[in-house]
Amino acid sequence: MGRTLAEKILQRHTDETITGAGQIARCKVSLVLANDITAPLAIKSFRAMGATKVFDRDRVALVMDHFTPNKDIDSAEQVRGVREFAAEMGVTRYFEGGDCGVEHALLPELGLVGPGDVVVGADSHTCTYGGLGAFATGMGSTDIAAAMAMGETWFKVPPTIRVDIEGTMPLWLSAKDLVLKTIGETGVSGALYKALEFGGPVVDAMDAESRMTIANMAIEAGGKVGLFPVDTVALDFAKAHGHAGCAPLAADADAVYERRIRIDVTTMSPQVACPHLPDNVKPVEEVKDVVIHQSVIGSCTNGRISDLRAAAEVLRGRKAAKGVRLIVLPATPRIWRQAMDEGLFTVFLDAGAVIGPPTCGPCLGGHMGILAKGERSIATTNRNFKGRMGSLESEVYLSSPAVAAASAVAGRIIHPQDL
Amino acid sequence: MKFTGKAHTMGAHIDTDAIIPARFLVTTDTAELGKNCMEGLEPGWIAKVRPGDIFVADENFGCGSSREHAPLAILGAGVKVVVAHSFARIFYRNGFNMGLTLVEIGDAVKDIKDGDQLEVDTTAGVIRNLTTGKEIVCQPVPPSMQEILDAGGLVPFVKKRIGAGA
Ligand code: SF4
Repeated sequence: MGRTLAEKILQRHTDETITGAGQIARCKVSLVLANDITAPLAIKSFRAMGATKVFDRDRVALVMDHFTPNKDIDSAEQVRGVREFAAEMGVTRYFEGGDCGVEHALLPELGLVGPGDVVVGADSHTCTYGGLGAFATGMGSTDIAAAMAMGETWFKVPPTIRVDIEGTMPLWLSAKDLVLKTIGETGVSGALYKALEFGGPVVDAMDAESRMTIANMAIEAGGKVGLFPVDTVALDFAKAHGHAGCAPLAADADAVYERRIRIDVTTMSPQVACPHLPDNVKPVEEVKDVVIHQSVIGSCTNGRISDLRAAAEVLRGRKAAKGVRLIVLPATPRIWRQAMDEGLFTVFLDAGAVIGPPTCGPCLGGHMGILAKGERSIATTNRNFKGRMGSLESEVYLSSPAVAAASAVAGRIIHPQDL
Repeated sequence: MKFTGKAHTMGAHIDTDAIIPARFLVTTDTAELGKNCMEGLEPGWIAKVRPGDIFVADENFGCGSSREHAPLAILGAGVKVVVAHSFARIFYRNGFNMGLTLVEIGDAVKDIKDGDQLEVDTTAGVIRNLTTGKEIVCQPVPPSMQEILDAGGLVPFVKKRIGAGA
């Protein structure tokens, strides 16, 4: 019987024989991750376990990205605790300040996660690394503490939903639109406990950054992981970023899937997820003319260089509408520098944008772009739950960088082609 | 492991707020949490549950927040095993990690009625309905998970492993 990608990756990290969905297997992990919000809890459990050292000081990543630069005394205290823990354990992958970026953009860029890895993180968007062909998923604090201590964890082998993406990509369509469309199809719990596996001609031709944008939002469909094959695109990315020891990996042709979804992109418009759930997805034409007060371009979903280029392409020679705060947050210091070197900052500044540091910031309603009552933001982030970006009476619409940029110029949600 | 007890049935999508509402999250004491177990489902519901009884739920039991207080509350009420059509993902992990045995049986859950006397044999992978005489075959709890349960949950399990120099 053929195997899915999820089964194949897990098999590489366990001595048990993976026979199929539902089985529980104990696996070695390649990397364990926690951030400035979740690490303090995990450290507490770690100590309760009586652990005195981490399993491998080079394979525990502690990324202080959510409230960075620390927004208040409480967040600074949390980070101080994690910093002291990292020093005590000799953790080499501790990131704060100028070498810190949004975790799920930072770790692939540094080659700390890559094809065929098993990664667990105390953050639900750990699934991002599935874009590179890693089995990566979020967990609770006690699980992460145990993985930090032992370098292994248990998984229930998930059934897989296969998503085939076909057709010809029209102008202005991007990876974000494809994942929003997928979530619109499955619903927010349609992939509960399951793996999403992406394939088809459009996926084969897609770059690694786009794949990570899609994998990032697997959790928004309830999914455990969102997986892409390890092909030349993934291998080239891994090589360029110094992640060694990868081999090609694909699902078997006769792999058993629970369900198949087919998406044809040829006539698809950019998609927008309306308040207050990521599966409330509509083509942009059906949302147009919704007035916005803020446009956020950044996050672990769409804060990479290709996203900033897409936004700059729309903004070049244009200005954000009066009354719209356009906020651009490159996701890592390296992306920040690259955007600066490519002259994108001139485009953004000319458009009236505020360029912020690499941070999660407004994505989770942390800081640097919080909404007041009655305000509405379009954002390239991944969640539009009630109150996610500020007041319980504010609204968030999720879109691609191109649509977020065009909407900033128009002052209302708009298809970039209609500017 | 074998568990014998009376079944208490409940519906689908029982979320973590039903199992232990947020207002009771001011403690991490298992017994204290147990007193308020299922308060979000029906106030006072837990009063009919005796130590050793068994929860039987429909699909997606434990959906919602990642709070580890939910399995703790069930354990605090003296319930050691939950049989369900299916469990929500994070609850499933948290359950075993806190030392609560979870058994998934799919549609066969319909064969269990409230008040039935059950014997759940997690080693053999069979649930005997002592009231009706019916047997339901299920996946046995894998040895690696049983080790965590035997230790009393993930924290003591890891503590033991680290202590043994593993
Ligand atoms: S950018 Fe947003 S979704 Fe991504 S890790 Fe930060 S807070 Fe979470």
